Amino acid sequence: MYLTPIQALIIIFAIALGTMLTRFLPFLLFPEKKTPPAYITYLGKVLPSAIIGLLVVYCLKGVSFLSFPHGMPEAAAVLSILFLHIWKRNTLLSIAGGTIVYMVMVQFVFI
Amino acid sequence: MNQRHKYQSAFLAAFPNTLPILTGFAFLGFAYGLLMSANGYGPIWSFLMSSIAFCGSMQFVAVTLLTSPFAPLQALYMALMVNARHLFYGLSMLEKYKGIGKVKPFLIYVLCDETFSIVNSKEPPEGVDRAAFYFFVSFLDYFYWVTASTLGGLFGSAIQFNTKGLDFVLTALFIVIFLEQWMEGKNHFSAVTGIACSIICLMLFGTGNFIIPSMLLILFVLSLYRKFRKGDIPSCT
Repeated sequence: MYLTPIQALIIIFAIALGTMLTRFLPFLLFPEKKTPPAYITYLGKVLPSAIIGLLVVYCLKGVSFLSFPHGMPEAAAVLSILFLHIWKRNTLLSIAGGTIVYMVMVQFVFI
Repeated sequence: MNQRHKYQSAFLAAFPNTLPILTGFAFLGFAYGLLMSANGYGPIWSFLMSSIAFCGSMQFVAVTLLTSPFAPLQALYMALMVNARHLFYGLSMLEKYKGIGKVKPFLIYVLCDETFSIVNSKEPPEGVDRAAFYFFVSFLDYFYWVTASTLGGLFGSAIQFNTKGLDFVLTALFIVIFLEQWMEGKNHFSAVTGIACSIICLMLFGTGNFIIPSMLLILFVLSLYRKFRKGDIPSCT
């Protein structure tokens, strides 16, 4: 261990405090008893799909198209997910299929 | 409906939804515990960090904080910045978690990316208690992460099979939820905004610093959209 146990605990609590501020703040600012402003209600309706889009980009942020393997494993996996999901529309099947395709790609095809 | 049956049916409805997260967290949590051990912080520390702070990617960043000179304020600041996206989750869950009862503080405490993606997109099936359903989704995800990271600290070095690429399961989860929302909604403005703004900011600011600019740009575009679109806005995806 690099830090003393007390220091390490303080770091853990500091990270927990920062994280929990971000999780609790919206609920503290807009408590149940008060009706939130129409703008906030609007955001609550439109934000989810925008954030999921952000999360998808966040997960794929490390993909480099310029260097080997040019994002090919990711492209193959995403296309398999699209295909499986439009075909069967079964969440677990699409996720498992996409992950297996990706693992095969990075372990056996694009080494 | 008696109490026991209520919890049983909620658990049975919740569990299948968490399977992709079980896979992803088992792998990533294990890797996290192993990394902590390799840096001199044994399983008890992985357990403490995972159960108290419970913040996935930020915990990986925190390994650096634990192996550098003591800087708690920097830790607080980084946690705020890396996790700022949670602000959007809270805003999106205000309505759904309204009147959910005693479990609400716990549901908020463990509202990570993966849990958000499930509780936001899935409604409990007919006859299943809302609070219990959301509790089990949230608790199971939390339980997977804490358990896997502790086990990773204990046994990580003993595991020898090729898991390369398994972490893609969480990416796949988000892609499928994105597709589901897309297929369900008629108006795709918000979904396109999310993807486009994030890609623009990723190109402008690079992989390390694009989350907060993306959030601001998304807010800006969606606010403009509200202003300039006449009439009631249909449920957006």
